[in-house]
Amino acid sequence: MTRHLNGLSSLALAALLVAPALAPAQAATLKMAWSQDATGLDPQKQTAFSSIRLLELIYEPLVRLDAKLNVVPAIAKSWEFSADGLSLTFHLDPKAAFSDGAPVTSADVKASFQRLLDEKTGAAARSNYTSIAAIDTPDAQTVVFRLNQPDVPILAALAGVNAAVLPAAAIADGSVGTKAIGSGPFMLASWDPNAREVLTANPHWAGGKTGVDEIDISVLPDETGILAALRAGQIDLALLNDPLVATLVPKEQGLTLVRTPSISYNVLQLNPARKPMTELKVRQAISCAIDRKAVLDTAALGEGQVTGPITVPAYATDPAKLFCYTPDLAKAKALMKDAGYPDGFSATVIAATGEPATSEAEAQVMQAELKQIGIKLDIKMMELNVYVDAWLKGDFDMAVALNGGRPDPYTTYNRYFTKTGNLLKVSNYTDDTLDGLLNAARVTTDPAKRKDLFAQFETHLAEVSPWIWLFTPYTYVAERANVQGFVPTPTGSLYGLSAVTLK
Amino acid sequence: MNTLTRRLAAFPLVLLGVSSLVFMAIRLVPGDAITAMLGTEAGLLTPAQKQALAAYFGLDRPWIVQYGRWLWALLHGDLGISVTYGKPVLGVILARFPLTLELAVLSLLIALAIGVPAGVYAATRAEKGADLAVRVGAMIGQSTPSFVFGLLLIYLLSAGFGVLPAMGTFAPLWLDPLANLGQMILPALTLGAAFAASLTRIARSAMLDVLSEDYVRTARARGVPARQVIWRHALPNALIPVVTLSGIEFGYLLGGAVIVEQIYALPGLGRMVLDAILQRDYALVQGTVLFIAFNFMVVNLLVDLAYFWLDPRIRGRG
Repeated sequence: MTRHLNGLSSLALAALLVAPALAPAQAATLKMAWSQDATGLDPQKQTAFSSIRLLELIYEPLVRLDAKLNVVPAIAKSWEFSADGLSLTFHLDPKAAFSDGAPVTSADVKASFQRLLDEKTGAAARSNYTSIAAIDTPDAQTVVFRLNQPDVPILAALAGVNAAVLPAAAIADGSVGTKAIGSGPFMLASWDPNAREVLTANPHWAGGKTGVDEIDISVLPDETGILAALRAGQIDLALLNDPLVATLVPKEQGLTLVRTPSISYNVLQLNPARKPMTELKVRQAISCAIDRKAVLDTAALGEGQVTGPITVPAYATDPAKLFCYTPDLAKAKALMKDAGYPDGFSATVIAATGEPATSEAEAQVMQAELKQIGIKLDIKMMELNVYVDAWLKGDFDMAVALNGGRPDPYTTYNRYFTKTGNLLKVSNYTDDTLDGLLNAARVTTDPAKRKDLFAQFETHLAEVSPWIWLFTPYTYVAERANVQGFVPTPTGSLYGLSAVTLK
Repeated sequence: MNTLTRRLAAFPLVLLGVSSLVFMAIRLVPGDAITAMLGTEAGLLTPAQKQALAAYFGLDRPWIVQYGRWLWALLHGDLGISVTYGKPVLGVILARFPLTLELAVLSLLIALAIGVPAGVYAATRAEKGADLAVRVGAMIGQSTPSFVFGLLLIYLLSAGFGVLPAMGTFAPLWLDPLANLGQMILPALTLGAAFAASLTRIARSAMLDVLSEDYVRTARARGVPARQVIWRHALPNALIPVVTLSGIEFGYLLGGAVIVEQIYALPGLGRMVLDAILQRDYALVQGTVLFIAFNFMVVNLLVDLAYFWLDPRIRGRG
């Protein structure tokens, strides 16, 4: 109605507002939006998803993961472990080249890993590659990693942008992180932090021609605003985090929501160093009292899948087989009584505001559930950095967290649950079984045997319940009908954008 | 002009106070640039790696040394380097400031254009229906949060008409005035509406005071036309509180409008300083807060000068 009533003035307003869209069309530009921007350009040092999403389009590692989390070629065309598992050889793609035209050689690979492993670089990801003792470069296309111990998971760990190959020249002149020169499908044309970045196709990319010539990414901090921009046709493709916004997308004509089960996991971390979570029975009671499906359905609109500790489909055990995944209040109450807490206790749970978007709601649902066995939870919401500070110090009774999953469960959990894990201060839990199983998985090459080891690990971990694993969220990409051919991955990588075309 | 010199002399002292406060405040908050960049992965760093990153971010010295160095550089006109942007802080601020200034000016103009006439109109019809309507309108305008009003505007336009100001890709005024105004009009309206509501209330009550003064009665008794009484005799004397409020609000707006910039995805100062705090970009937070404080002081000074110009009595006392 208003449309007709106010025809003339709204037309004038419309003309004013869409004026920029009438500018001459450029050669295929994909217009994108996300709410969080990259925090830096050094691929080895950045660990935030928001940075990795961008850098994966510019830089390439030796290998990458496909949509099923298989390790597939990137800069390396092929690779093999030696029989003793102590050396890993990569054969580079002779066509691989950096965006300045220089070929990617074994010298670049060696220089990159020397930089990554150098403590002065300050790359947190270094801890995944410490078994590399030496790097040989028999010729320009061959790289041999000499390992100080068998390390099967290192292959999947190399399939990330933290292990990107950088030009040796850029490492030498210290320009990594200021000038982004990689061998990936796109080059960074401009970057205005927290506002906008423009990527253009890398003419030297070994993968050939990209589907679009340019990607123009706007940082729209409010996801409701992203939805409005999609609706108005200003944006072709967007990343969304908040299930509340994402679930509105399919209701809009001309918009599609691509949901991908992620390998990260929402979890209630108990602190087994603090009383009474020191007691196995108390932790188990909490596990039995929490209805994971209810947390997922209520806090996240059912947007995700209930998960055990292992989130990678190839290794995961059916959650229904894990300890107390069917809620059992009677058992929970009995366990509390056995542990000497028939009337429950009070504890504080910390959560980061908006990280993930569902954190506060998750805490509230669990607060209500644990009240049934007498546990009085006090929820403390914190700004992300304040939360991280407390989390790293292990300064909490319980913490709601969204932790990243890795393609190999060893890499995901070695940091928390082996005796040498560098986040033992956070998990405050390990035992001989967990340590033994993870270390066995590290040296075992046979996939069937590894699967069995991880199944034992997962079953035991769920039973000793240092943490209560809840659900894996979805990663969301919203796209307009003109976007074609985007293939998402469980790691959330946007590498699939290299094949996207516009209709 | 005694006041003016005294005010100017206070500038460095106030700025010094602001600088030390913000310097301490941002460091007292848990977390630092390292945890901001790495999140929980910071736990994987070895002691040597932590040391290297602390040196990179300039966190490896005691506070007092950091402050001294920063202050010394400041005296030489150097606000430091932003770790997020990898550029000098002053340049980063100045790149964002034109948008913030433009938004503040547009909002002020909208607020004055609506608030002053509405307030005067309501005052001349005190306690009548029109007055009531204006007061209710002002009350609603003042109590509607900008995120509600802003999101409503966006929703109505995008869902109802399928149009929306271009988000994200910002067009500077001097490059593309038409596109720029298209982008700025809604945020300016959002900010201007609340601002206008406060101005309306102030203008109304100031006008009511003045209209009850003896000289207004005298003017009316001498048969001066009502319109002339209001606009020539009464209004100039009612303007002082309006100018005061406008100055304060304008000063705030020059510090950036965080929520409105967030909703409309405008790259202004407000969002920049928010991001800088979240990313613990100390140099950028310090520099921006100092810049905002400086602007606020300049605006206050201008407001005081406006008093001199508006009211000869103040000039006499000065």
